[in-house]
Amino acid sequence: MYVAVKGGEKAIDNAHALLAKRRRGDTSIPELSVEQIRQQMPLAVARVMTEGSLYDEQLAALAIKQAAGDLVEAIFLLRAYRTTLPRFCASLPLDTVDMQLSRRLSATFKDVPGGQLLGPTFDYTHRLLDFSLLADGQFPGPEQQEGAALQPCPRVSGLLAKEGLIKLEVDNDEPVADITRDPPEFPATRAQRLQALARGDEGFLLALGYSTQRGYGRNHPFAGEIRIGDVQVWIEPEELGFPISIGSIQVSECEMVNQFVGTSSEPAQFTRGYGLAFGHAERKAMSMAQVDRALRAAEYGEEVVSAAQQEEFILSHCDNVDAAGFSSHLKLPHYVDFQSELELVRKLRKSAPAPTTQEDGQ
Amino acid sequence: MSAATQNRPVRDEAYNFAYLDEQTKRMIRRGLLKAVAIPGYQVPFGGREMPLPYGWGTGGMQLTAAILGDDDVLKVIDQGADDTTNAVSIRRFFARTAGVATTERTTEATVIQTRHRTPETPLQAGQIIVYQVPIPEPLRFIEPSETETRTMHALNDYGVMHVKLYEDIATFGHIATSYAYPVMVDDRYVMDPSPNPKFDNPKMDMCPALMLSGAGREKRLYAVPPYTRVVSLDFEDHPFEVQKWEHHCAICGSRESFLDELILDDAGTQSFVCSDTDYCAQRVIAQEGKQ
Repeated sequence: MYVAVKGGEKAIDNAHALLAKRRRGDTSIPELSVEQIRQQMPLAVARVMTEGSLYDEQLAALAIKQAAGDLVEAIFLLRAYRTTLPRFCASLPLDTVDMQLSRRLSATFKDVPGGQLLGPTFDYTHRLLDFSLLADGQFPGPEQQEGAALQPCPRVSGLLAKEGLIKLEVDNDEPVADITRDPPEFPATRAQRLQALARGDEGFLLALGYSTQRGYGRNHPFAGEIRIGDVQVWIEPEELGFPISIGSIQVSECEMVNQFVGTSSEPAQFTRGYGLAFGHAERKAMSMAQVDRALRAAEYGEEVVSAAQQEEFILSHCDNVDAAGFSSHLKLPHYVDFQSELELVRKLRKSAPAPTTQEDGQ
Repeated sequence: MSAATQNRPVRDEAYNFAYLDEQTKRMIRRGLLKAVAIPGYQVPFGGREMPLPYGWGTGGMQLTAAILGDDDVLKVIDQGADDTTNAVSIRRFFARTAGVATTERTTEATVIQTRHRTPETPLQAGQIIVYQVPIPEPLRFIEPSETETRTMHALNDYGVMHVKLYEDIATFGHIATSYAYPVMVDDRYVMDPSPNPKFDNPKMDMCPALMLSGAGREKRLYAVPPYTRVVSLDFEDHPFEVQKWEHHCAICGSRESFLDELILDDAGTQSFVCSDTDYCAQRVIAQEGKQ
């Protein structure tokens, strides 16, 4: 009797063998390679790298394969691996002005220096299932112009700043905290907030950003600029004393421009929210920028009334590795606590008067 | 070393001893020293992601990893039992990454990691028990904000907790908290004794063993040093009391231990067995020896 009730090593081993079989699927179909996932599911790879906070396309693709396509599980795999990695350096701040852009747009101006660049996007596709994808096809891409070069693309917010119409962001020269090494503390600095949002669950941030558009902490955002492209990563090792480039990574960056009416001490001007994600992750970058701006409510003297403005609420709940873990722990045995509750409920029912029956209608 | 203690498993050299790197373990031990110095105080620590999900014992595992030595003997229990799935999983994790000896015998263990129970067999001086804690903040369900609760602890402002307990009595005639029942540690900090059933609270008072608690997701750890006063909150006219069963264990016959309820058939026939499997097994061995 006892053995049947309690789990065991054998059950765990069998469960994992079943999982491996399920993941592989029908063996008459060729196995999916990690390189195929990396090449053909780049948006999934981007999300796993961003929320896993580790830029490694191959490992992210491996995690997706191992997780059988469950991206939250893949993010967790990458995070757990990340814990074991040594840190040898922090990079210099990324200079996204010099990004090798594959996409760039501004919803605030019809044209901007450098122009609008649609790049690869789902925007304006009609969401009709493309049955031609059921068969193998060739997708050569559009015709390319010989010798075409990217024009310099200064920041859109910089153009507003020239006129003094947008609140300047200045480096306060404070050391940057590392939320993966230090316990959280409230109130958090903006750097800590941005780190947490960058790792935060895309769906959670999307919903919160959306809620601000529907009036919960309303602060109408304009997509000031979205930039997606490759940017060089520079480090400055102490022993060298000058910066060296260690390669480039693809990032998605979003600056939201929000209205701000000003106060008695400050003139009316625009303010901004910032979002940055690894790879092509536009929805994540935009949602992050919206929530970042909402979280700056106190800084701008706005009343904190809605979920998207509440720092402790958001930072404590945006991480899907935290959330999925704690939610899934409900599957663990709780016999003992439940037994305590059973005992209590029985005791309370014994001492309470019997409920009167409601025979005479509702 | 008795038969109950398994032979030393082989350590997986691909990982550092007990998985975490030495700097991280040192950081956690510093936190633990602070926690021992301020009994019941929740120390923030730079919790790491572990290869098990948050909520499944990552806090306890980090503390165990930080204190485990080569010659330790580890026992892992969940719901009081050594053979529940998560206990098996965590025991295997440390057998693999630390290569330490493991045991199911409470008396043989030097380190006991546990979820939701304190063993029935009294702990001894020199032993360390590590509790896995999901929500370390006893005031959390009264005040959700961490900023607020930290201030309340700092100011020794526990009025709301007493009001909550009083409201229970006013409404139900009893204090309607059966597990995670708050305790006062060393007359200073109100502490959540992990989600142990309140049945286990008295075992914490003046316990000869060192008690450590780790909450991985919440990045908090706390401790009760040996021989520290741990008092369950109550009122003079409504003194604290533990659960009692009308039944006895179907296996060893114990009337003193915490019992798990089993439903045996469609008719709802109940049976009760000890939640602490080692305690139960030792009693059976002792009874067989007498016959």
